[in-house]
This record gives sequence, structure tokens and C-alpha cells, in this order.
Amino acid sequence: MTEKPIIEFQHVSKTYQNGTIGLKDINLSIPQGQFLVVVGLSGAGKSTLMRTINRMHDISTGNIFVDGESIVHLEGKELRRLRRSIGMIFQNFNLVKRSSVQRNVLSGRVGYYSTWKSTLGLFSKEDKQKAIEALQRVGLGEKLYSRADELSGGQQQRVAIARAFMQDPKIVLADEPIASLDPLTTESVMDDLKRLNEEFHITVIVNLHSVSLARRFGDRIIGLRGGELVYDEPISKVTEKDLEAIYQPVSIVKKSEVQA
Amino acid sequence: MKQLTVSNSTLQFKRYKWLFWVAIVLVIYIWGITGVHFTGIKDSAGEVSRSIAYGIFHPDWKYVYDGSGEDLVSLILQTLAMAFLGTFISAILSVPFAFWAARTGKPRFHVRSTSGKLVLTLIRTFPEIVLAIMFIKAVGPGSFAGVLAVSIHSIGMLGKLFSESIENMDFGPSEALMSSGGNRAQTLVFATLPTVLPEFLSYTLYRFEIAVRSASILGMVGAGGIGTPLLFAIQTRTWSRVGIILLGIIITVTLIDYISGTLRKRLV
Amino acid sequence: MNIVPTRTFTQKYHVKTVVWLTLFILLVIGTAKMTGVDFIMFFANFGQFTALLQQMAKPDWQYTSLVVQPILETIQMALIGTTVGTLVAIPFSVLAARNIVKNKFLRGIIRFILNLVRTLPDLMLAALFVAIVGIGPVAGVFTLAIFSFGMISKLFYEAIETIDEGPLEALQAAGANKIQMVVFAVIPQVFNYFVSYFLYTFEINVRASTVLGYLGAGGIGVYLQRSLDQFAYGQTAIIILGILMVVLIIDGVSNTLRERLL
Repeated sequence: MTEKPIIEFQHVSKTYQNGTIGLKDINLSIPQGQFLVVVGLSGAGKSTLMRTINRMHDISTGNIFVDGESIVHLEGKELRRLRRSIGMIFQNFNLVKRSSVQRNVLSGRVGYYSTWKSTLGLFSKEDKQKAIEALQRVGLGEKLYSRADELSGGQQQRVAIARAFMQDPKIVLADEPIASLDPLTTESVMDDLKRLNEEFHITVIVNLHSVSLARRFGDRIIGLRGGELVYDEPISKVTEKDLEAIYQPVSIVKKSEVQA
Repeated sequence: MKQLTVSNSTLQFKRYKWLFWVAIVLVIYIWGITGVHFTGIKDSAGEVSRSIAYGIFHPDWKYVYDGSGEDLVSLILQTLAMAFLGTFISAILSVPFAFWAARTGKPRFHVRSTSGKLVLTLIRTFPEIVLAIMFIKAVGPGSFAGVLAVSIHSIGMLGKLFSESIENMDFGPSEALMSSGGNRAQTLVFATLPTVLPEFLSYTLYRFEIAVRSASILGMVGAGGIGTPLLFAIQTRTWSRVGIILLGIIITVTLIDYISGTLRKRLV
Repeated sequence: MNIVPTRTFTQKYHVKTVVWLTLFILLVIGTAKMTGVDFIMFFANFGQFTALLQQMAKPDWQYTSLVVQPILETIQMALIGTTVGTLVAIPFSVLAARNIVKNKFLRGIIRFILNLVRTLPDLMLAALFVAIVGIGPVAGVFTLAIFSFGMISKLFYEAIETIDEGPLEALQAAGANKIQMVVFAVIPQVFNYFVSYFLYTFEINVRASTVLGYLGAGGIGVYLQRSLDQFAYGQTAIIILGILMVVLIIDGVSNTLRERLL
């Protein structure tokens, strides 16, 4: 943890328009190249935390720095440049089902192209080659020309990883990447993410429900409950008991605190 | 005890609620029947219906094709052309209207989408034959006026259907594109359009079926197609001519419905 | 496993897509030629179109009082027409339903008749009925009755085909005849759908009935035609506004009722 942080949260809070609290005074510093796992109950603010980093969600107060630069007021071109450097993986893969795998992977590259060039599909030879390599990296080279909806769920998620890789990202955000997959494909998706982290020194942030996977793949685990950061330990110090506590519903925890 | 009587009387009300509805329906129907005076049937009605039936079973086969360009086949082809081109133009024009009227995000009053929906309702309600007459003033009588009328009138329905499929579409791919740094145009081309296009096509085909029917009557006000000779034949009481035209329309519409239905099944 | 597949020439250059696209473009050009599309003329004459719109933008408000009666007559026509059409449609829809009538031949004939009726556009029926019964709202009622018969019988038999078969079986086991089965097992299940479809058809008929008068079949359409023939576009505007209001009100009422029903 000697490197300077690539992402830094300073007193970040977010309240939704309808009054629900998304995040509450988060302070967090993530070093370059870390594999960070975020755990917590659904509704604890995991997705919100993740989406504030690439500004898919705006925050109410506080400040966020990516690569030493504040991102909360970025707009237009600069915002798109930030997003280009951050890949994102979704629970539902979010591929365009009726487009080919090739087009889906190439669509990760649009941030590098002008509107008219990308609209006409004029991708460079190098980028087309890069798409093939990205796909081969996740073991799906032979699916290049298939339609996305012909693929299984696990394969679709790996195509999504290839798409994120096309962005040349410094950071990859994975929001519940395995929540709609079966246990077998779960492994390969997590492996792909781990390889991005190890081979390319990409910072990876993953939201997970599975405690065992969190311990196996993460360098560090943070826990959220009711929008608050309640846990933050390197993997070496994480115990099963700690993690169980994070998954306690808020009401039970409060009761036990009162009793204590 | 008191509570019991209260619930009893509400029960009584509920039991006789249907009487209230029956009374309302009765009043509406009495009003309705007084409006239409059943005195106007001509004495010749029976004779005319018999002539029409005779005409349909003894159609004027010579009219089917005579190479003049004013025969059944040519005019039905022209009708189909009007419907096709009108629907095509309308589908293109409907896309921006659909995005205008689509309510994206939270389900509450929204100035943009509500105004868009209102405009689409106005277009839908504006009678198509009045549109045709207006276009005839601009471009003269003929099938071009028909094409224009179909193009504009269809926006009302296509825009509504398109906007509904935008409202119901999966926003995931658009989110993915935005998160990778795509701008609005790129998100539209790479995510939104590929997602909604099959539905748009299916609705357009459906609207084409309707357009074939309406194109076949636009001729009655002078906007081209098979409607013109049909009205003429009815007014001059040439029943064998009426018969063959009706047959032509029935066959065409049935065929188009069948083809379009098969295509739509393959699309979705 | 991980080798990029090679594509044939047809796949690589999307020959199929290109062929279809070319055909489509040729079709567009062909139909444009056939219908005499001339956008240069359209824009050259656009002034006439806008002039017409300008005249319509000045509604002749004094005409309003004259329009109320024919608009009410239009609704009355639509109401009676839809009702007659629905009453005739009910037996036909029962006969066309797969789960009631097992005889394929009878069902086929009934469906064939229904399909034929549905191909005929409303204004064409109006023209025929004006020729048969003469000018006036009676022709309109006949037109709408036939038109709604075609539409509603299809909606009805599709509703009947989706019912739960259980009660049917139970009644059959109890020794009920066909008519008893329809009355006790079918009607209670589909009643709300029927009312909802009736209202929906009524909405469509109100729209349709506003123009039937153009060919002499009664209602507001008669006045519409008169105002257009006399170039009295201020009156046309009033009529269209009236139609718009009535359609919006009927749609609103009918939608609320339908939502409560289903």
C-alpha cells in the first residue's frame, strides 16, 4: 500500500431525491492495482458507491478523486474521457442482444472515436485485431461473429469483460458480475477479472454477495451497511466472523449494540 | 350491535349497486335510440342489395386487366404502393416523435413526454380523409396526396407504439455504452436502436396492414388508388364492377395480412 | 476452440443484407414513381397548404352551436351500431372458439366469414349502405354494426379460447348440454373481457363514425363534407375541434371503465 491512491473518497454522501440515503460520509482510499471487494446486503449502497466513481450517479456532498483529479464537476467531453478510462461490468451483462459479439466488443471502444466515424462503424484495423485478442483472452475467439443472444450467460459476461478491456481501462468496476450465473461459470468470470488485475495492473472493484469468493479473490474487503462504511480490512486480517456481522440486518445489529 | 347494522347497510348497498349501473346503461340507450330515426330506409333497399349480391357473384372480369392503367390490377398495385410508401415515410418521421413522447425514468408528470403524447393524440384523431383533402389542395388530386395523407396520419399510431417500446426497453445496453464513455449519438446507434429496431419493424408492418385498408378508401375523396373507381361504380350502380373491385380488395387485404403476419412472427 | 472462425464471401460482405436492402430501395423508388411523388412540387405548393392551415387556425366560433347536435348524433350512431354488432358477434364468436366447437369444418367456415368481413374498410361499407338504405344515419348504423361485428367477434373468440377449462369439464361431467355450459362456465369467465372489448370497439367506432357522414351516412361527417366543399375552413376547424373533444372524452371515460374492469 505504498503507491499513491488511484481513487479517493473524501466525506462522500449521497441522498436520493425521494429522501433515501445512498451513501453516508464515506472516506476511502484505493491504491493502484488493488483487487477490492465490496460486500453488504442489497440496498446497502454497494452499487451506488461503484457508480459514483464513473459518475453514473452524482453525489450530494464531498469529493472524489480519480488519479489525483477531482471528478465531481466533470462535464461533457471530460466526463466521457473519465468514463473511457473506467470499464464497467454489470449483473445483467448489458450486451446488445441482437448485435454480433464483434460489434458488442468494439462498442467498448467508442470513447476513442468521433461520433460520425463510430456511427458508420469505421473502426481501425488495429482495433478490430484488438477486439479479437480481447475475445481470445476470455476464451471466446470462435464466437466473434455470433449474435450475442446465442451465447450462454457466462459467455455473455465474458464478452462484457472483453468489451471493458477494449477501453484500455485503469479501473474496472464490476457490479454483482456473477449474481445471475451458475457456480461453474462464476469461476471463469472471476478468473478473468483476476487476470486483468494481475497481468495489466488494473484496479478492480467488485461487488459480491459470496463471502467465500470475496476471501479467495480479494486483496481487501470493505463492508457497507445502510450507506455507511462499516468494515475495511486487508484480506490477511479478514475473519469469517467479521463478514457474518456485515450481513446482519441493520435492526439486529443495533439491538446487539444497545445490549452491549 | 351497532357495528353489525352498519355493515349490514353497506352490504345492502353493495347488493343493489348493479341496479344503479343498469339504470345508467338504460338511460344511455334510450337516449341513443331516440337519436337515430329508423324511417330513412328506402323502398328499393331489398332490390339494391339483391343487385349488389348479384354483382358480387357475377363480377365484371374484363375489368381485371385491360392494359389501360385504369384497370383493377393497376389500381390495386397503386393502392399498395401508396400504403407502402406512406408507411415507410411515416415510420421514419415517427422515430423523433417517439423519443419526444417516451417517458423515461420516474413515472410522474413530465413536460416533454406529456406534450409529445398530446401531439400524437391530436395527429391520431385528425381524420385521415380531411388530411387527404388538404393535401389535394396542395399537390392536386391523385395518389401523391394519398401517400402524404397516409404518411402524416400514421405518425399518430406509430409514434405512440414506438414510444411505448422505448419506454419498455432494456436500458442496460445504453447504460453500458454511456459508462464506457460514449456520447448520446453513439449510445443511440450502438445500444438504443439495435434494441428497439425489431419491435419498430414489427409495428411498422402492422401499420402497413391498416394502411392498405385506408389507402383503398382514400380514392373516394380523390386521393388515388382503387377507391375512386369503386365510388364511381357505386354511384352509377354498375354492380358487376362493384363486385369485382370488392373481390380484388378482399383478396389483396387477406394476402397482405397473411404475408405481414408471417413476417412479424419471424421478427419477434 | 479459440480460433477466430473464417467467414464465407457471402457472410463477410453481408451479401444477404445488401440484396434485401437493394430490393427495398428499388421498391421505394418504384412505388414513388408509381404514385407520382414529387416533393419539389409539394414544397413549391407548400404556400397553399399553409394558407389552408392559416384559415383553419381561425375557427368560426359562431358555428359551434350548430355542431353540437350532429356530434351527439354521431355518438348515438356509434352506440347503436356497436351494440347491434356486438349482439350479432356473440353467437359467432362462440361458434369460432376452438375450445367450444370441436367441429373443425364449422369453425373454419365461421372464421372465414369473419375474416372476409374484417377486410372491408369502414368507408367502403358506408358507401355501400348509403346506396342500399339511402342517405342518413341508418346507413351509418349499419356500417358500424358490420364493422364492429368483424372486429369484436375476433376479440371475443380469442378471449373465449383463453378461459380456464376446469369449470367446463366439471359441468360436462355433471351432464350439462352445450348451451348450459356456455351460460354457466363460459360467460362468467369472459364477461369482463367482453365489456372491456365492447368499450374499446365503441372508442374506435366513435372515431370512425365522425367521417362516415362524408359519404352521406349521417352524423358530423355530413357537416364536415359541407364545410370543405364550401371552402369554409373556419367551420371545418370547429368540427375537427369538436371531434377531438368528443374522442378525448370518450377515450378517457372508456379507459377508466376498462381499467376498473380488468
